[in-house]
Amino acid sequence: MRDIVRMVVVLSLICGVSGGLLAGVRIGTKERIEYQELAYVKGPAIRDVLQGCSNNPIQDRFKIKHGDTEISFFPGKFDGKLNVVAFETTGKGFGGEIGIMMAVSLVDDKVVAIDITTHKETPGVGSRAKDDPAFKGSFKGLSVDDPFKIKSEGGKIDAVSGATISSKGIAAGVAEGAKLYKELKPYILKKIKART
Amino acid sequence: MSIVKEFTKGLWKEIPPFRLVLGLCPTLAVTKSMENGIGMGLATTFVLVFSNILVSVLRNIIPSKVRIACYIVVIATFVVIVELLMQAYTYPLYQRLGIFIPLIVVNCIVLGRAEAFAGKNTVFASAADGLGIGIGFTISLSVLGAVRELLGNGTILNINVMGPSYKPFAFVVSAPGAFVCLGLLLCLMNIVGDLKK
Repeated sequence: MRDIVRMVVVLSLICGVSGGLLAGVRIGTKERIEYQELAYVKGPAIRDVLQGCSNNPIQDRFKIKHGDTEISFFPGKFDGKLNVVAFETTGKGFGGEIGIMMAVSLVDDKVVAIDITTHKETPGVGSRAKDDPAFKGSFKGLSVDDPFKIKSEGGKIDAVSGATISSKGIAAGVAEGAKLYKELKPYILKKIKART
Repeated sequence: MSIVKEFTKGLWKEIPPFRLVLGLCPTLAVTKSMENGIGMGLATTFVLVFSNILVSVLRNIIPSKVRIACYIVVIATFVVIVELLMQAYTYPLYQRLGIFIPLIVVNCIVLGRAEAFAGKNTVFASAADGLGIGIGFTISLSVLGAVRELLGNGTILNINVMGPSYKPFAFVVSAPGAFVCLGLLLCLMNIVGDLKK
């Protein structure tokens, strides 16, 4: 009997200490891991859409609650002011969700640039929409109030031929992002004001 | 045996995975490049040293019937710590090694040292043993990684050493190539061992 009690106590104690230790390390590295994940997974897209900014958008990121989720925003400094904000939105493509990083100017509410972060589109077919600079460039300068639609649906965007579904998906994702931006703009401005 | 001997035995006499044929899974899977080999080796060394120390400290408290369960908890704790640290500080390496970092938990070398050595010896001897075996493992993985990277990619630590005209020998970086390289290295070690006698 004493044996069993001892086994239970020792094993529980070791597990308890281990759990506590891991919780500590987890809390200690949480911030840093989040930064690394952003820097390596989303970093290239963020740097791409905020090309030429003079700050570190990942370091300066902030979060805003939207419904049940928190959305990360990456502000970009141009001409000495944080006046462009980048964030991620998703659209539905042919193979699943397409992650889109889009940057919007806070001055005139126009799209600065978009880039694709993650996708499952068919390599060589739908994926061409991701690599086509002309297609991605056609979003540039559109206002968030514009309908983000491809030309065959009455919009202004040239779909990549052969990748219509992916193009539509990306356009719909950007439209979703624009809607989100309009909804959250007051909060974004408040957060940015607090920064400067 | 002295502390120094406990340390140096891991470097040649019992060097894993050649002499102590344990831990073959990460050896074969991650040694596509020298950098991966070093990273994997050091992560395993970290776990080995700390789990050996802790198991040795607790060796008189742990009841023998539940010792394996206790060892696994100790080892798993350090594996998760090393995983979190790698994620925080060497993210690209963490991405490349992927699932093989958490799999250090089931690496036979770590449990083997806890059971065969740390559970019966003093703290200092156990630390020396863990460090020696760990560094031996790192050396093995680095050498194997270097050979495969050199032949399969023409580079060492991402620096091109074979010149632009070298045609990479792709077989070496595939899984069967790992077995062949491991076998050839073991053969070479046996020849050297025989010459010493």
